Amino acid sequence: MDLSLFFSDPNNLAWLIPIGPLLAFAVITLITNKAKMVPGTSGEYTDHNHPAYPGIDVPMVANWSRTASVIVGLVGIIAAWLIALMVIGYATSLHELGHEVLSSTAGWMDTGATTFNMGVQVDPLTVAMLFMVPLACTMIFIYAVGYMAKDPRQARFFSMIALFAGAMLTLVVADNLLLLFIGWEVMGLCSYLLIGFWFEKGSAYNAAVKAFMTTRIADLVMLLGIAYLFAATGTLSFREIVYNTEVLNGLVAMPAILIPGLSAASLIAIFLITGTVGKSAQFPLHVWLPDAMEGPTPVSAMIHAAAMVSAGIYMLIRMYPLLEAGGNAHHGEFTPPLLYMAIIGSITAIFAATIALAQNDVKKVLAYSTISQLGFMVAALGIGAYVAAAFHLLTHAFFKALLFMASGAVIHGMEHGEHHVHAHAHGQDHDEDVHVHPPALAAHSKAGHHEAETEGAHEEHGHHEEEHFDPQDMMNMGGLRRTMPVTFVTFLIGGLSLAGLPFITAGFYSKDEILADAWYGLTHGYGPHALVFILLALAAFLTAFYTMRQLGLTFWGEPRSEAAKHANLGKGLVSFTMTLPLIVLAVFAAIAGFIGVHPDLPILGAIFSPNGNPFHHFIGATLVVEPEGIPFNWMPVLTSIVVSVGGLLCGYLLYWRKPLVAGQRDPLISILGEQMHTTLKNKYYIDEVYTAVFIRPAQWFSKNVAYEFIDKGIIDGFLHFVARLFTWLGDFIKVLNKWLIDGVGDGIPELIARFGFWLRGIQSGRVQQYMLIVAFALLVLILIFALSTGVMQAAP
Amino acid sequence: MNIIGVDILSFLIISPAILAAVLLFIPNKWIARVAALVGATFIGGVAAAVFFAYNSSIPGYQLELTVPWFEAIGASWHIGIDGVSATMVLLTGILTPLAVLISWEVEERVNVHMALILFFQTGLMGTFIVLDLMVFFLFYEISLVPMYFIINQWGGPNRKYASTKFFIYSLGGSLGMLLAIQLIGGSSGTFDMVALSNPTTGWPAFTGEGGTFLGIPVETVKTLAFIGFFVAFCIKVPVWPFHTWLPDAHSEAPTAGSMLLAGVMLKLGAYGFLRIVIPFFPDIWANPITIVGIEMTWAHIFAILALMGIVFGAFAAFGQTDIKRLVAYSSVNHMGFVALGLAGAALVYGETVLKGSVDAQMNQSAILATNGAVLQMFNHGLSSAGMFLLAGAVYHKTHTRDMREYGGFWVKAPIYGGIFIFMSMASLGLPGLNGFVSEFLVVRGSWMIFTAITAIAMVGLLFTGSYILKGIRMVLHGPFNLHWKDYNLEITPREAVAIVPLMVLILITGLAPNWILSVINATVTRIFGG
Repeated sequence: MDLSLFFSDPNNLAWLIPIGPLLAFAVITLITNKAKMVPGTSGEYTDHNHPAYPGIDVPMVANWSRTASVIVGLVGIIAAWLIALMVIGYATSLHELGHEVLSSTAGWMDTGATTFNMGVQVDPLTVAMLFMVPLACTMIFIYAVGYMAKDPRQARFFSMIALFAGAMLTLVVADNLLLLFIGWEVMGLCSYLLIGFWFEKGSAYNAAVKAFMTTRIADLVMLLGIAYLFAATGTLSFREIVYNTEVLNGLVAMPAILIPGLSAASLIAIFLITGTVGKSAQFPLHVWLPDAMEGPTPVSAMIHAAAMVSAGIYMLIRMYPLLEAGGNAHHGEFTPPLLYMAIIGSITAIFAATIALAQNDVKKVLAYSTISQLGFMVAALGIGAYVAAAFHLLTHAFFKALLFMASGAVIHGMEHGEHHVHAHAHGQDHDEDVHVHPPALAAHSKAGHHEAETEGAHEEHGHHEEEHFDPQDMMNMGGLRRTMPVTFVTFLIGGLSLAGLPFITAGFYSKDEILADAWYGLTHGYGPHALVFILLALAAFLTAFYTMRQLGLTFWGEPRSEAAKHANLGKGLVSFTMTLPLIVLAVFAAIAGFIGVHPDLPILGAIFSPNGNPFHHFIGATLVVEPEGIPFNWMPVLTSIVVSVGGLLCGYLLYWRKPLVAGQRDPLISILGEQMHTTLKNKYYIDEVYTAVFIRPAQWFSKNVAYEFIDKGIIDGFLHFVARLFTWLGDFIKVLNKWLIDGVGDGIPELIARFGFWLRGIQSGRVQQYMLIVAFALLVLILIFALSTGVMQAAP
Repeated sequence: MNIIGVDILSFLIISPAILAAVLLFIPNKWIARVAALVGATFIGGVAAAVFFAYNSSIPGYQLELTVPWFEAIGASWHIGIDGVSATMVLLTGILTPLAVLISWEVEERVNVHMALILFFQTGLMGTFIVLDLMVFFLFYEISLVPMYFIINQWGGPNRKYASTKFFIYSLGGSLGMLLAIQLIGGSSGTFDMVALSNPTTGWPAFTGEGGTFLGIPVETVKTLAFIGFFVAFCIKVPVWPFHTWLPDAHSEAPTAGSMLLAGVMLKLGAYGFLRIVIPFFPDIWANPITIVGIEMTWAHIFAILALMGIVFGAFAAFGQTDIKRLVAYSSVNHMGFVALGLAGAALVYGETVLKGSVDAQMNQSAILATNGAVLQMFNHGLSSAGMFLLAGAVYHKTHTRDMREYGGFWVKAPIYGGIFIFMSMASLGLPGLNGFVSEFLVVRGSWMIFTAITAIAMVGLLFTGSYILKGIRMVLHGPFNLHWKDYNLEITPREAVAIVPLMVLILITGLAPNWILSVINATVTRIFGG
């Protein structure tokens, strides 16, 4: 096949999008990731994520390898970005994108008389994702150049994020659910590896396992959904299922297997939605996401913005016609899957927002805010706000990637500051990077279950350290606006966008559109819409409040620790690569909303949407029938403004007007009450409940019941009993022999004895001799066989 | 096709044994090692040639050859392959040279060890290739002997117990099978599997004389014969609760032994189900029987046992701290999926024969389930061999299998760590690698046939994740355990050479499964009349 000819057809071009990062992954893994050996106590290797190993040399990335790997990774993702832009160009130049799509398939697997095809397709939804994902990923890659610049395994990091990006892009261009699922799960692996990237830390690997296992619960349910869908329709192609009313009607008419009273469409939809509940961290499977903050910050941005959690929402939007099949949220006809989404989404939105109030870790606040915002999207889909969900997915990706990277910059700055303080305290020149951080194993290991098992083995080198400084604790920060002005401004833009500051931020428009849809249903008297409207409005208020709290605690007031006083990003490449993405994303976080302004919004509508809402038309074309736009109404707009400004104002009053000073208690504690605050801070104790109800019993059952009791006790017990029975029987016969045969006469026994004597000669106990006999016998057998059958002659 | 004047399939069966016999006379260990490796690689090449020479578009057995042998009892040297056996021959051909290469680490009685491995290969190849029940049994049993010696002589600390348990258990199962074979051969006058499989003229249509055989109702005779085969193959697969020999044998066997045991030997059982038990006994599989008041079929019982294997296998693996035991239990878990797919195949095939036809949805489901089962046999062969290789590699260096004494090996052994994660993910069934394709097909197929059982099987898959991550966590993660600071834990070049082919195949099969699936699919589709 002529490759250049093949790829000159725009239909085939989308195949190339994931290839860049995937190739980068392969090249880094196989070629450029090379180690050099350094002493285990060297300052190059050890920091608070990497304990020191006295007495041994450890491999870490060689200098050339670091540079080469970074370049390969960047080239891979930028190539993907450029190709994605080309594909977007081709796609948007199609006459009617939506009815027409760019697509290309190839046979992948024989299934009986038919063949299962794998392929790529580009429709409006894909275009939107192709606009966001490669851009955000590129920024994350650039950021990681600086953020990981001192990490002893930076090459490995780049190979993993390249695979991550490749998997996400595969998922985006996939034209069928199976390929999507492949990308989905490979991303799951990458998130596991990246969350546990600092695998020497107990908290990191426990978080990694937790993320993988929690999402796996959901993924397996989703797998059933995929299998069921495949069985019911004979295909998994998006085009043939969700763009085909005939197939959808067939699924609605088909009664569900096992569960009476449900249609096949509904059951499949519920299975698929459950997949998203895991992947996009919805209640009750949200527990993995906050812990995922253990990963390096670029990973947090990747997981929470550009890739993994977006993938869950993307899948729901992609499969939306199936989820809605048999109902119509706009007309108040709710199917079980729609209700499922509306309820889970709105509960998650408010639930996570309340937890975010009481978190002091700068990244944990963002983690819960992510869960909450994803809840907005799921709830939006539940009430039929298809376009609004897609819109919020895009804007959220930009401002959340920005926020994570900005918080990473803050953490980096704090570490830098702490290092500075430390170096001075020891009277060393702080530019000379020779200080050895003592291993912080004890501080980091949460003593999980495995930890308990291995504790003894590691005791010898895990010496305890006094209170470990936490660079992520907002209580240690304050006043960072002075030393980190760029980070402050960009963080502010991202935060305001998240809070939905009216008219000038992207978050306002997308959040407003969800509320508008909910209001529209509420005015028609639909219960789920009312639920969603009320809970989301409340959640939006809390969002604005905790964002302001976070900004205030981090940047405003006076520094509350020595480290905060000296926090900065330094100069040079690190600072540049970490700042540039912030600025780029800040632009998008501010302006991305203008593509979806409601045409009837005074002034702004006339400026940005003179011919109707552009985003609505564009994304709406993904569906067979474009969803109707909602008539303009002041109520949701006012609500958006009130909750957003109100939340910001409350936050301002509490945390900006009178900033916290060192040692002061969070004023929120006295407002919420000690007990409530503690409950929120401990995330409603859900982790503890899960550990007690699921994890410990499963461990106990595995070891004591499945293995010790069933296998060792019952089954092997029975086998051993039988064995003993036969041994006993043998002994019995032996005794019988002595009585009977010995009684009969000595002739036969003597014969036997002689035979035995002869036999003993052969039984030398040496296995060679046994084998020789066996082999000889076999050889004879083969010879007899060959001669008697004449295989050698008979062969044609 | 001929090779050195011998029919090519016969060559595959006989040449390993001849090489084994020659090796016994080579006392020099290096010559023995090289000779075994070169020979096994050549045989592997021939196996690959056979696989690719097999033309999946032609129905029936290929490279067939029938030569009378032991005519007195009606047996014959009838050999030939279809898509399923071609796959298994390929798997055997691939794994044996890798096992030989790994067993270079053996230092005592090298030539005998190599000879036993090759002799074992004869048993495996013979079982997969022959189409005569009597000869099938012969090779099925032959494979037992060398493996017994491999475990018994070169195994771990508890090898005597493990090898005895393995041998007695397998042999005990085979006795019933031998009786069943005698029963079938005696009553129908032939041992030819092709003739006996025919649903209208073969053993399924056997009615005896007036519904009785030797004075016993034919139904009873058939059920007894069925149980004989069923138990024998259940032990081999192993299907829960006949599996407890496996963790002992696998964990005590030397690395090469474990690789071949898990990689190929377990497939003998699954292959036996597909080749003999399903075609011979369609009526027994699908006819309703009542057990404690619940009406079900043997296929349902089989599916439930498969489910137990999947779920309890995963749980038991999760409960281990011994790395080889963990991997061994993972085989119980994974082979459960093979059994589940086969149960679906058995039910639908049985109903097809009984009723003349089943609806298209069921037929399609059965095809996919069977495709999945056969592909899973191949895939599990690759990934379990790989996992045992890696477990053996670390055991060989540390001399302990207790994972609690490991920890943080990724610090000192980055390449080993990467490969370990790759293999673990293949074992876990990560999409993009081979195991996913087969598990997806089994799930898709059985979903329509055994809906509830398939749904519960997801619990097993969940715990597959748990034990895999536990393995990674205990071996690689955590701070490096300084107890091993003077050990070189990195994978050696020889081990790397042995595992790379497996990784390549795992990746290729995961990304483009059709190179092998098309061959399996063609044969399976024909079984179900497609």
